[in-house]
Amino acid sequence: MRIRVVHDTIYTYEQAARGLIQVLRLTPRDHDGQHVREWRIEPSADGRLTAREDGFGNIVHWFTADEAADALTVRVTGEVETFDTAGIVRGAMERLPEPFYLRETPLTEPSPEIQAFAEEATSGGVGERLSVLHQLLTAVPERVVFEPGPTSASTTAAASFEAGKGVCQDMSHIFIAAARHLEIPTRYVSGYFRRDDGVDDQHAGHAWAEALVPGLGWVGFDAANGISTTEAHIRVAIGLDYLGAAPIRGSRIGGGKEGLEVRLRVEGGIESHSQSQSQGRQSQSQG
Amino acid sequence: MALAKAFDEMTGPGDLPAGGPVRDAYDTLKAWLDKTPPEHFNTRRSQAEMLFRRIGITFAVYGSNDSTERLIPFDIIPRVLTKPEWDFLERGLKQRVTALNMFLNDIYGAEECIKAGVIPADLVYRNQHYQMEMRSFRVPHDLYVHIAGIDIVRTGEKDFFVLEDNARTPSGVSYMLENREVMLRLFPELFSRHRVAPVENYPDALLATLRSLAPQSASRDPTVVLLTPGRYNSAFYEHSFLADKLGVELVEAGDLFTKDDVVYMRTTEGPRRVDVIYRRLDDAFLDPLVFRPDSVLGVPGLMNAYERGNVTLSNAVGTGISDDKAVYSYMPEIVKFFTGEEPILHNVPTYRCREKESFSYVMDNLKDLVVKEVNGSGGYGMLVGPHATRREIEEFGKRLRHAPDGFIAQPTLSLSTCPTFVASGVAPRHVDLRPFVLAGADEIRIVPGGLTRVALKEGSLVVNSSQGGGTKDTWVLDA
Repeated sequence: MRIRVVHDTIYTYEQAARGLIQVLRLTPRDHDGQHVREWRIEPSADGRLTAREDGFGNIVHWFTADEAADALTVRVTGEVETFDTAGIVRGAMERLPEPFYLRETPLTEPSPEIQAFAEEATSGGVGERLSVLHQLLTAVPERVVFEPGPTSASTTAAASFEAGKGVCQDMSHIFIAAARHLEIPTRYVSGYFRRDDGVDDQHAGHAWAEALVPGLGWVGFDAANGISTTEAHIRVAIGLDYLGAAPIRGSRIGGGKEGLEVRLRVEGGIESHSQSQSQGRQSQSQG
Repeated sequence: MALAKAFDEMTGPGDLPAGGPVRDAYDTLKAWLDKTPPEHFNTRRSQAEMLFRRIGITFAVYGSNDSTERLIPFDIIPRVLTKPEWDFLERGLKQRVTALNMFLNDIYGAEECIKAGVIPADLVYRNQHYQMEMRSFRVPHDLYVHIAGIDIVRTGEKDFFVLEDNARTPSGVSYMLENREVMLRLFPELFSRHRVAPVENYPDALLATLRSLAPQSASRDPTVVLLTPGRYNSAFYEHSFLADKLGVELVEAGDLFTKDDVVYMRTTEGPRRVDVIYRRLDDAFLDPLVFRPDSVLGVPGLMNAYERGNVTLSNAVGTGISDDKAVYSYMPEIVKFFTGEEPILHNVPTYRCREKESFSYVMDNLKDLVVKEVNGSGGYGMLVGPHATRREIEEFGKRLRHAPDGFIAQPTLSLSTCPTFVASGVAPRHVDLRPFVLAGADEIRIVPGGLTRVALKEGSLVVNSSQGGGTKDTWVLDA
């Protein structure tokens, strides 16, 4: 599937902000399931944009603005050719040893409730790894309702689980917390998702998880949609949790209150539907 | 369980009769203690307190409202080490810190010790203090731990053990310096009767160490600063004290900024490039763009400048893993693996509760053991079995069962005692020792002695100041 992305992140500041630094994890890399045909990052202000690689193997752009600005738009445009690999992620940049992805983080700390949930949903997690993960994948959206609003970027898995509500970020965190509790190396993925309900305009990127399955390697699990990842997913960055893979982290001096608006268009490839997407949850999945 | 009488720094093995001979190093001191009228001691002790209070007030100039909290009890009877004892410790400390640095360089680089099975992979990679950002570049001179505070305890004439390797931002060196200064003022006569090795050169040694670690891009006269979390940090007085002694700027996050991967300090004459940052701030707060995004104590872009080799952070990022008490338990193997030598300083035997057999042993013997959190410090969250009530042991057992991985256990060591002034007169109290080891590009420097901490409560083995511990001057006799 050929997917086109136009992604604007628009910041406005009450007063002019100085010393702007933006850390952008907005550039996908190739793996067996995706080929990046073209990709561009354009900040609206004058400054320096330098690309590096972080410890996870993500491409990171550092943008530093030369002058004070009262608004900044980061525009990402690109096109990716994707292939259905049944959720299996091969040929990706791997920089870290597998046990690293068992580490708890504040955002993915398994509360006693999440621990109990993980064990109940999987009969103690003793079965075959892939089926355990599919049990979790089914169980998370049954327990946590997709609902934008109550949670924010700093909401923990425990808090979202307790509220029983969340967006894709929260549902991924809960999936990760539960899987790691079962001693399965798991990581957070941020990226884009091409909806198949005809809605191309979205308000946020997407997020899911990858877990390690013996014999298969890393497999994508999209808890918000209750599916394995498909050719509708563009994988951009990975981390232990949202913080490590966050599309944008920034700092500035002054500027007062900040306004943030995201305009995202993900379109293309409607003619080639993936088989594994037949769960009918996509319409409420964006987060 | 009653502990056997401990080795006493002054009188030696516990079974000697009271009033008998003392160890050679304490001869003169004992005579002085015996001859000096008690009123004299009382006067001196209140003078000491006044001096410390005055120092406290000096510190309060920077805005502290709770100088009383800063006043850690000081005991005027020094703890004495002989030259041969110190030489032994010094050799052991150098070996230990060398091994720590090789270990850190390895786990962020070639990972040979993990491949060789010296330490389990998950103990390293799952550790919160293992900073994966450090895998992508080399730190200057491959040195990570530049300033270490190695806690040492003694149980016998020749029995010294390392209790903890403090390799993040160890504190307490200001007490070492202040204690000596106060002793010199109050008891000049004692110093004329002993050849006590000086400690006053510590700031010079620290500055030389920091300068030796400056990046190659730095000028011949590198700019060093001390980065503090600010006046609300419990060790702030030490930060300002050290900056003053070092003759470097004491800075907070707002005084620094980065531009094009270089760190600058704001000064009245404009921005000035910074080469070495002696940071007394935990990794998690250093750079909000890389670590905790809510940190207002750090400098955005600092890690980038660091990774580019444009600034040295001291200690390096990611040293906290060698503070971990589960990692500690592998130190004998780590020392052997990296130095090819037998460890000079021994570890306290340690049960890892993450291992099934050890765990059940620990659960069965809680009343005899000291149990610690692997990530804990400051004497919090630990159980001293022999001193705990049945209820405390039960409660702790529950925590332990809930998360065995988070704990280690050690036998209750009979720490050596040292005569100490208490309400009833002079009595033995348990002590430990924290020497400060400085690892520079040129050499390892250790000022003779360190900080002796003393548990003021009778029988107590917890020397941490947060738990009612005091301090003593520590003497290394030159002859």
